[in-house]
Amino acid sequence: MRVGLFVTCLVDAMRPRIGFATIKLLEAASCEVVVPAQQTCCGQPGYNSGDRKSAEAMARKFLAEFEAYDYAVLPSGSCAGMVRVHYPDLCKDDPALLARCIAVGARTFELTDFLANIAKLKKMPGTFQGALTYHDSCSGLRELDVYKQPRALLANMPGVAINEMVESTTCCGFGGTFSVKYGELSTRMADNKCRHIAATHAGTIVGGDLGCLLNIEGRLRRIGDSTTRVMHIAEVLADTEQQ
Amino acid sequence: MKNNSIDFKRQVTIKLADAKLQGALARLQSRFVEGRSAVISDIHDLQETRNAAAAIRDRVLNDLEHWLLHFEQQATARGAIVHWAETGADVNRIVAEIAVQHGVRTAAKSKSMVSEECGLNEALEHAGVEVMETDLGEYILQLAHEAPSHIVAPVVHKNKEEISDLFAEKHQLPRKTGIAELCREAREVLRPAFLNADMGISGGNFLVAETGSALIVTNEGNGRLVTTLPRVHVAITGIEKVVSTLEDVTTLLRLLPRSATGQSITNYVSVLTGNKKQEDHDGPEHFHIILLDNGRSGLLGGEMQDMLRCIRCGACMNHCPVYQNIGGHAYGWVYPGPMGSILTPLLGGLENAPDLPNASTLCGACAVVCPVNIPLPDLLRKLRERQMESGMKPRQETLLLKAWAWLALHPETYAMTTRIAVRLMRLLGGKAKLLHSLPGVRGWSDGRDFPAPAGKTFRELYRQEKRK
Repeated sequence: MRVGLFVTCLVDAMRPRIGFATIKLLEAASCEVVVPAQQTCCGQPGYNSGDRKSAEAMARKFLAEFEAYDYAVLPSGSCAGMVRVHYPDLCKDDPALLARCIAVGARTFELTDFLANIAKLKKMPGTFQGALTYHDSCSGLRELDVYKQPRALLANMPGVAINEMVESTTCCGFGGTFSVKYGELSTRMADNKCRHIAATHAGTIVGGDLGCLLNIEGRLRRIGDSTTRVMHIAEVLADTEQQ
Repeated sequence: MKNNSIDFKRQVTIKLADAKLQGALARLQSRFVEGRSAVISDIHDLQETRNAAAAIRDRVLNDLEHWLLHFEQQATARGAIVHWAETGADVNRIVAEIAVQHGVRTAAKSKSMVSEECGLNEALEHAGVEVMETDLGEYILQLAHEAPSHIVAPVVHKNKEEISDLFAEKHQLPRKTGIAELCREAREVLRPAFLNADMGISGGNFLVAETGSALIVTNEGNGRLVTTLPRVHVAITGIEKVVSTLEDVTTLLRLLPRSATGQSITNYVSVLTGNKKQEDHDGPEHFHIILLDNGRSGLLGGEMQDMLRCIRCGACMNHCPVYQNIGGHAYGWVYPGPMGSILTPLLGGLENAPDLPNASTLCGACAVVCPVNIPLPDLLRKLRERQMESGMKPRQETLLLKAWAWLALHPETYAMTTRIAVRLMRLLGGKAKLLHSLPGVRGWSDGRDFPAPAGKTFRELYRQEKRK
């Protein structure tokens, strides 16, 4: 199957290795991976800030770039949620566009959801050894029902132990522009998350959304924790070298 | 109640630093989140029940005028007097008039958030009526001259020690420390108030159209005393609380206490119908029902109508990570948490509460637990859209969003800009690969170090790899 990879704006700019890890996983699942060269942002920052018009333009752009593939896969629950759940709202006044939206949305998947439920990848290329704890990012969890998928994939890695943290499904405080506008409040929410992470003694925190991971890592580093590793699920599943 | 929502940001700073409040809020998790979770699964067909509850509310809201008139007709036929109030001030005026009409000097009140909207206690004191709150939480707040910080547990922001101190000071009795002793003391103070009150004032969780009843859902028993002992009973509630039949109410009652306090059923469900008839042993001689609009009718038929389904269980705030960290007072008006962040701007003006729709990560925890399926994050987003459309957003934010959108729609310029930006950020990250300050988004970097990027974008590296 031909998969169009949307790496997301954050991975593109901030941590390209997640993009390569994603390609490795998709290829391990026998997919032909195509990276449309003109891709940029899914439109979520604008959409969640009330800028509906710009978000609609970005939805049109995404649809045009990804409707040719069997699937569109994104290493992010919040961007995949944007496409699957919110694009139809943006396009609801244009019946033809809405139909395209729904068709593409049905073929658009968050990475772990795709690997576990569509590609049914059983053998992970990664060689991660040790304990980790998993943070369930909000949009993936509540919009796409991504909870079991990353855990199921990790269960296929013999060297991995999951130490579940308390409140793994509570928001880390990122929330896009929220973390800038209400920095103090957002930082407190990140603090709570950091405390729960530390209590697991796992040493590695893993998640499926880079926005949340940067927020968590940013707070860990500021409070003087330079050792806890913060990794995207794609890196854990795909990387053959320990970070 | 005066709307102080404009002060939200400053209040957040204060509340985050308030150690006593933080200690009190820590109990939300065990008391309400775990409490709900323990009993909500009793309902085997939870999603279907929520859908049915939402449909029950929608059916009435889609034809509210009809159901309100039907309610009025039924209530009147059973001896109640229905009053219509457009604003909170109208409610206060009507209650004061009823007080004069019946020579009321003292009133005993059970919990009513709608009366908080109106600032009723203050208005009645002004009119010469002594008002006593009889819900334990509301009584504590009346003694402390504070506003409720939660719609179900109004005093959740206080700890037991504060209440011990308050009782010792106000009751002039030896300081008690046990919960049972404190409750007994409050009961002894309150009992004469019930017996002596000329007027009882209550809220109304639901209005039953088929029987013309006001229905209240309570735990302490004060609601029963307030609505049956005094010779005059005034029930005050919002116009949106109508439900067509008692049967419909039973569906809502399966969800309300479980969602609110983690109870399968509350201690009391009182269906208050008509005034005392000759053959009745008790009940008020005069039963007045005041229905407040205060902006609610303006939401009918529009994109925010879903908010009127709300049955005031408080689950959205209990599960909200923002509420959990700042409590209810920071929101500045009667209703806190996600439902308050929508209702406050809608009823009191978006311009008076510009932060509330934005002070949410849209994490969705509220929508998952809402017993009547209100899409709370979507409604918050719609309010943000209104702010954008009417130019109420800060200029800098609008410019940044527009610039981002323009870039995202021009892939070549976007690629060039991101290539430069990530190189610069990599450079500024230095040896530690951390940026201690991010110009333009200091709110982020004030409490966090940004992990520096790799220095090249994915698309750049991918193209290089492809060329190999």
